[in-house]
This record gives sequence, C-alpha cells and structure tokens, in this order.
Amino acid sequence: MTAASDNDLEGQIAEWRAYMHRRRELHHTDAEELEDHIRSRITELTEAGLRADEAFLIAVKRMGSLDELSREFAREHSERLWKQLVLPGEPDASAAARSRRELPVMVLCAAIAALAIKVPGWFGLDISGDDDDFYARNVSLFALPALAAYFAWQRRVGLRVIGVLALLFLLGAVAANAYPLAGDSQTLVLTAIHLPLALWLVVGVAYVGGDWRSDRRRMDFIRFTGEWLIYFTLLGLGGGVLTAFTAGTFDAIGLNAEGFIESWLLPCGAMAAVIVSAWLVEAKQSVIENMAPVLTRVFTPLFAATLLAFLLVIVLGLLLYAISARELTARPGLFDRLQLALVVSALIIDVMVLLAITGRITEWGFSPNKTAALGENVILLTNLAWSAWLFLGFVRGRMPFARLEHWQTRYMIVYAVWAWTVVLAFPPVFDFA
Amino acid sequence: MHITKDLVAASATPLVLGILAEGESYGYAILKQVNELSGGQLEWTDGLLYPLLHRLERLGHVESAWETPPGSRRRKYYRITAQGRTELAEQRRQWAAVVDALRGVWSSTQSIKPITTPAWEAGR
Repeated sequence: MTAASDNDLEGQIAEWRAYMHRRRELHHTDAEELEDHIRSRITELTEAGLRADEAFLIAVKRMGSLDELSREFAREHSERLWKQLVLPGEPDASAAARSRRELPVMVLCAAIAALAIKVPGWFGLDISGDDDDFYARNVSLFALPALAAYFAWQRRVGLRVIGVLALLFLLGAVAANAYPLAGDSQTLVLTAIHLPLALWLVVGVAYVGGDWRSDRRRMDFIRFTGEWLIYFTLLGLGGGVLTAFTAGTFDAIGLNAEGFIESWLLPCGAMAAVIVSAWLVEAKQSVIENMAPVLTRVFTPLFAATLLAFLLVIVLGLLLYAISARELTARPGLFDRLQLALVVSALIIDVMVLLAITGRITEWGFSPNKTAALGENVILLTNLAWSAWLFLGFVRGRMPFARLEHWQTRYMIVYAVWAWTVVLAFPPVFDFA
Repeated sequence: MHITKDLVAASATPLVLGILAEGESYGYAILKQVNELSGGQLEWTDGLLYPLLHRLERLGHVESAWETPPGSRRRKYYRITAQGRTELAEQRRQWAAVVDALRGVWSSTQSIKPITTPAWEAGR
C-alpha cells in the first residue's frame, strides 16, 4: 500500500466516522468500536490483495446500512434518545461557540428580569402593601422585555424589528400607567389580564425573528408557548419545594425568612423563571424529552447549594449552641438523644454530598470550587462523625459531656487553618482561575 | 445456501456466548470465528453484532473493557460472566430439545431426505 492510498483511506474513514457521529443513537465509544471493526476488515481485505479504497467500500457495505444499524442501537439503548441533557453537542464550530454564549446571555436576561421587579421598590412602591395595583398592571413589563431581548439576541433580528419591539413595549407601559385607573376598577383588572397577553405576542415577534407573517413560524411560537407554560409550571413547583425547604431550615434556627421570601425570592424567582423556561424550551425543542432529567439538572445545583450552605452549617451550629448552653453535669435526657439523631442524619447527608462531589471531581477533575467544597465537607464530616461517637458514649452514660465540648473547642483551629488555606493557597494553586 | 434471518437471529446469542466461553474476544474476531464455525454458511451483517453484544452486556451475560494490546489499536474486549455461562447452558438445553424434535420430524417424514446437519451444529 502506498502512502497516497493510505492517506485516502484515512480520509475516507474520517468521513465515515463523522457520519456516524451525527447519529444520536450512536455514542462516541460505539463509533470507535465500529471503526475498529472496519479497520480490521480493511486490513484483512488488503492483505488478500484488494486496493485500499475497494476494501473500504466492502467493509462499509458489510457493516450494514447505517439506518438499520442506528435502529438496532436505538432499540438497545432507547434511553439515549430521551436522555440528551440540557446542552446537546452542536456539530459545527460557530454554532457551538454561540451555544456556549447562550447560557451566560440567558443568565444575564434572567438577572435583568429578576432585578427589574425590584426597581419600583426603590422608588417607594411596596409590592406587598398599598401599591399592589401598580404591580398588577405592570407585572408583564418586568420579565417580558428581557425575554424579548433574549430572543432578539438569539435570532439576530435587525435594528428595525428591535425598534418595533421597543415601541410596542413602550406603548404597553404607557397604556398601563398613563390611564387614570382606580385601584378597584374593572378596567384595571382587564389591563392586568390583557397586557401580559398583548406583550406575550410582542415576544412572539422576537421569537420568530421578525418574520411574523410566516404561518410556520407562528405555529412554532404557539408550540413554544405551550411548552413554555409546562416548564414554567414545573419550575414553579420545584421552586416551591425548595422555598419551603429553605424556610423550614431557617425556621429551625429561629430566623424568620418569610420577609425575604415574599419580597425577594418569590418575585425575583418568578421573573427569572420566565426566562429560564424559555431557554429550556429552546435548548430542548429538537429532542423528545422527559422532564425529570431536565428538572434534575436545574434543581440539583440549587438543592446542593442549600444543603451545603445551610443544612450542615445549621446542624453544626445547633450542636455548638446546645453544647454551649448545656449544664456540664446534667444527666443525658431525651433532648440529647434527639441531638444525636440530628447529628447522625446530618452525617448521612454529608456522606452523600461528599460522594457526589467526589464523583464530579473524578469525572471532571479538580476546580477551586469543588476542592473547597470537598475540603469543607471532609472537615464537617470529621467533626460530625467524632461528635456522633462522643455523643453516643455520653447518651449511654460512658463518657462525660465535657469530652464533647472539648472536642468542639479544639476543632476550631481546623476551621481556621482551612479558611486561611483557601484564602492564601488556593488562588496560586489554581492559577487564579 | 441462504439461512433465514430468523434463524440467524435466534442462534446469535448462543453462538456469541459459546465463543466467549472459550476466552475473551472482540467484535471482529467473534465475527470471524462465527464465519469459520459455520463454514461460511452463517452470514451476519457485521454491524448488527455490536447491538447484540451491548444487549448481552446490559443483561449481565458478558462484561466489556477497553484494552490496548501491545502493537495494536485500542479495542473493546468482551468476556463471559458466570451468569452468561448459566445462560449458555440453558440455551444449549433448549437447542438440544429443538434439534431432537427436528430429528424426529426428519426421520418420520421419509419423503424429505436429511440433506446436511443444521447450520448451528456445523461447528460444534
């Protein structure tokens, strides 16, 4: 075999491989396995005297039609068709670069929407008090412009369309606020209901990229509306669970989080969810998808942060304050047993968090955040594990309570060392990433 | 002689398990061995072996590992598990029953002369 035909063959195999990679049913490793097969076949055929290109043709032909092959792979790995997670790989480079920027732009738009609803508050308009009619009229004016902006960016619409969009939003804002609508008037209710609908259709203009005359694009927007509603509802439900969870944890340590939830979490979260839902629909539209993996992807980081930041620290805080307030010589009682149960459950959660972090690190390597989280959890785990052991000894009457107190006070030096390590050593170690 | 698709599909699992029972192997080698065992009678579409191997792996009959033998490419090797051996024994019993039944049919219907041994027995 000459060098030229060798190169030809490599080119043909590369083309074939690219063709395989376009199939969603075939994973990268499957393609690699099949490529090994093709190469083995080609080697055998060329040894039998065939030219490389002839051998390639026969090998590909013997592999069977790609459609049939994909179908068999899809039947065997049916989960692959609906487990494509939030950002499926884009084939060409420019689209890939754009889809990488998509997430930050979405987050930016969501942040703008979330902040927009707080702006009137700075001018003395109270969301939960007397000015609720102002919010009723204007609620759609906080999130929808940001959503329209997101689509305008994503669809690269022209300046003229952007101008029209801005004008329509301005018109809506004027209509909602310039008319002297009394707080209990019917027209106010009508405005509150219809302005969102009107502006949603304006978003539609941005969604179709200004091409609002096309029936097909309009149908896309209708489809988008339906899916957006589903995602929005699901995000709302998940957010409700998370909120209740957080409020519960704060309640446990006697902090009343209701004010924060009402004036920040709920309005800002709802506005941001408008954008996030739209993004989810966009990211998923080409794939038959089941909801669970998507929601897991969205809520896992949120729940993980809540667990890490609040729960473990709160458990440790409860333990420390219980210790600090305890009579050293008192006999173990029911409350101590409850504390032991609390520590043990925190321990279990911490082990799970640690496993998750370790899993992520082994999969994607170390990053400053993950390393810090890992270190903090190892420290908490050590503390809680030994605390549980000492507590058990105390509850069973074998150890004095002072041992536990001593352990906690001595352990403070570990926190100090770790905190300083993160501050002083992490930046240079991770190249200031 | 052309063996029908259904027969090929039905005999595929015991063939692959039987070949792997003799030692670990990879896709192309398995295919070549099937070809040799059947004297070229059993023709598989090359690609379709892999979904079958993946199915056997999912069922726990075989396990796989990527290995790089010296002086060769990285390859996915398959190896039979204890469960796979049990499955092979079970398949063997079933096939023996089928073959016995067929023998009975061949001998009772005199008009049809037995031509050759069935293809799945060719190499065994």
